[in-house]
Amino acid sequence: MSALMTPATKHDQPDKRPILLDVKNLEVCFHTPEGTVYAVNNISYQVREGEVLAVVGESGCGKSVSMMALLGLIPKPPGDIAGGQAFFMDRDLLPMSEEELASIRGGEIAMVFQDPMTSLNPVLSVRRQMTESLLRHYDMTGEQAEKRAIELMELVGIPDPERRLGDYPHQFSGGMRQRVMIAMMLACNPSLLIADEPTTALDVTIQAQIIELMVRMREHLGLALIWITHDLGVVAGLAERVIVMYAGMIVEEADVDNLFENPQHPYTLALLGALPRVDRRRDSRLKSIPGAPPNLLIAPRGCPFAPRCEYTFDRCREERPPLFSISAGQHSACWIDLATGKPRER
Amino acid sequence: MIDNPALSSINQALADNGDTRPLVRVIDLKKHFPIRQGIVFQKTTGQVRAVDGISFEIDRGETLGLVGESGCGKSTAGRTLLGLYPATTGESYIAGQHVQTAKGEEWMLIRRQAQMIFQDPFASLNPRWTVNAIIGEPLRVHNLIESDTGRVERVKELMALVGLDDRYINRFPHEFSGGQRQRIGIARALASDPLFLVCDEPISALDVSIQAQVVNLLEDLQARLGLTYLFIAHDLSMVRHICDRVAVMYLGVIVEMSPKDELYEEPLHPYTQALLSAVPVPDPKQARKRKRIVLEGDVPSPINPPPGCRFHTRCPIAQPHCATHEPEWREIQPQHWVACHEVEPKFRS
Repeated sequence: MSALMTPATKHDQPDKRPILLDVKNLEVCFHTPEGTVYAVNNISYQVREGEVLAVVGESGCGKSVSMMALLGLIPKPPGDIAGGQAFFMDRDLLPMSEEELASIRGGEIAMVFQDPMTSLNPVLSVRRQMTESLLRHYDMTGEQAEKRAIELMELVGIPDPERRLGDYPHQFSGGMRQRVMIAMMLACNPSLLIADEPTTALDVTIQAQIIELMVRMREHLGLALIWITHDLGVVAGLAERVIVMYAGMIVEEADVDNLFENPQHPYTLALLGALPRVDRRRDSRLKSIPGAPPNLLIAPRGCPFAPRCEYTFDRCREERPPLFSISAGQHSACWIDLATGKPRER
Repeated sequence: MIDNPALSSINQALADNGDTRPLVRVIDLKKHFPIRQGIVFQKTTGQVRAVDGISFEIDRGETLGLVGESGCGKSTAGRTLLGLYPATTGESYIAGQHVQTAKGEEWMLIRRQAQMIFQDPFASLNPRWTVNAIIGEPLRVHNLIESDTGRVERVKELMALVGLDDRYINRFPHEFSGGQRQRIGIARALASDPLFLVCDEPISALDVSIQAQVVNLLEDLQARLGLTYLFIAHDLSMVRHICDRVAVMYLGVIVEMSPKDELYEEPLHPYTQALLSAVPVPDPKQARKRKRIVLEGDVPSPINPPPGCRFHTRCPIAQPHCATHEPEWREIQPQHWVACHEVEPKFRS
């Protein structure tokens, strides 16, 4: 039970864990008949071994695309990785051939998606899908793979795995399907697991089960976790470090405590103000953020949040803010220093 | 700011007549869907007991939250009490009208007075209709405004009421964002001057920054027009924010109902306790401290719900008799109802 709340957050000391994934200046766009969509604009971040990083943002902010780009999962065309590098254990993923990537996907790096029903093949039994990656990445006989699959299903808490192995995805409930997905992803001992809104389609009690499972798996297997979500509540209970994205940009990066206690970007501040609290009595109306996220068809001049931001001044509309370093581990892409209310200089 | 004189006059008239009865009354309402097999000679092989005996009342101007996990029957409950699904047994009354027996003009009156806001602003608006046609439809159906120009004026008023620019009156739904589409749906629901709105997950499909806009709009409209809401949702944080009272459903029945702060601060039913403890809190320090009750397993099928208390198969405090005896729906403290054998009345004097 308590495992859920214990991501190590020793933010007073520098993190000495080696860097596993180092993404530099990643840019992804889509060339569509209507024009070029700038989905990911020059983002850089790192993930350390065994770390839990949350990537937060609303739909269309580029959080999923930026991850799929790493694994070559963006259809090209219309997708285009316009620039950047992504070093995973010192190898750049972006220029890799499909063949090289295929050996990494599902092996060193695994990905779990939002809707397990669409990521599982409905006409193949779970046995077939569970053993596929084992047979692909390891020198195993079918019998060995099946034995391992049963172990994995047991590990993720699927009751009666021997019997369930022959079942098809529709015979599992949503939560159980997501467990099957996670078991498949763990099959090849990945060192990095990217989870793209893995609990969004699930009910809260099932979400709690899956989060608990993921935290336990991470501790047990020592893998690093990138958790993509729009739910700041999930982030608070799970992540060590958080990246907040808006319109394809990283607007803030901080360790989880600082992000919630001392947000340094107006967008983060606004998101937190727009959230009702289950654990508190209502004290005021929700602070809504006016307007809607920008159209990414137009490469924005200035800060993409400027039209919705209450701190906007002239420079915000003219010049895109760089990611300023606020303190150890905390960065904000804003021309205003929220602590003092004064403009920042480059 | 446009007031709605028609509506406030109805409310006023009722109040003047000393009518303080709840606007909505639901009495032991059940909705079972038959499971049929065979193509030509169909036979019914079972019943999905989606709603299996629920009772509650909603006062004028009140917001009752109906929460529960997917498949618990909360949406079916909303539709059945409006008469959109014929009830299997039980009854519901809206503004004194008996929904299940209403016919002809009575039925049209209920349809006017009770409206629904749907979850998916993409699927619930006809993509081939303009905003004018969508919002104006209730005006035509109920013959509320005869002239075309009058209808257009009213549609523009309604658009202003929900915060839409009336220059977009001839646009189609796909030209709007999700939040704006939800505003169109709300404007359509308000067109017939309803007293009562069933909001079925009205913000679940929207982004966080847009959710707050729509929730604030619903609150403003309620204050201005004296509306009564049944707010069906699975987001327990938002329900605490917007509702006055909350009812928790599990597998077709209401297991607990109380004023909201009492429910959130002192939940009595073990399911409510587990549900609330599973809600993530956007505060890392709190999140680390909170104790979570993680329920084992999944919700059983509503085709053959467990005998006795429906929650006993997952209940952390279940006793042998829970599997055989259905718990009584008791008012354990004033206004606080619960269906559980293991809850003792504490504050009874």
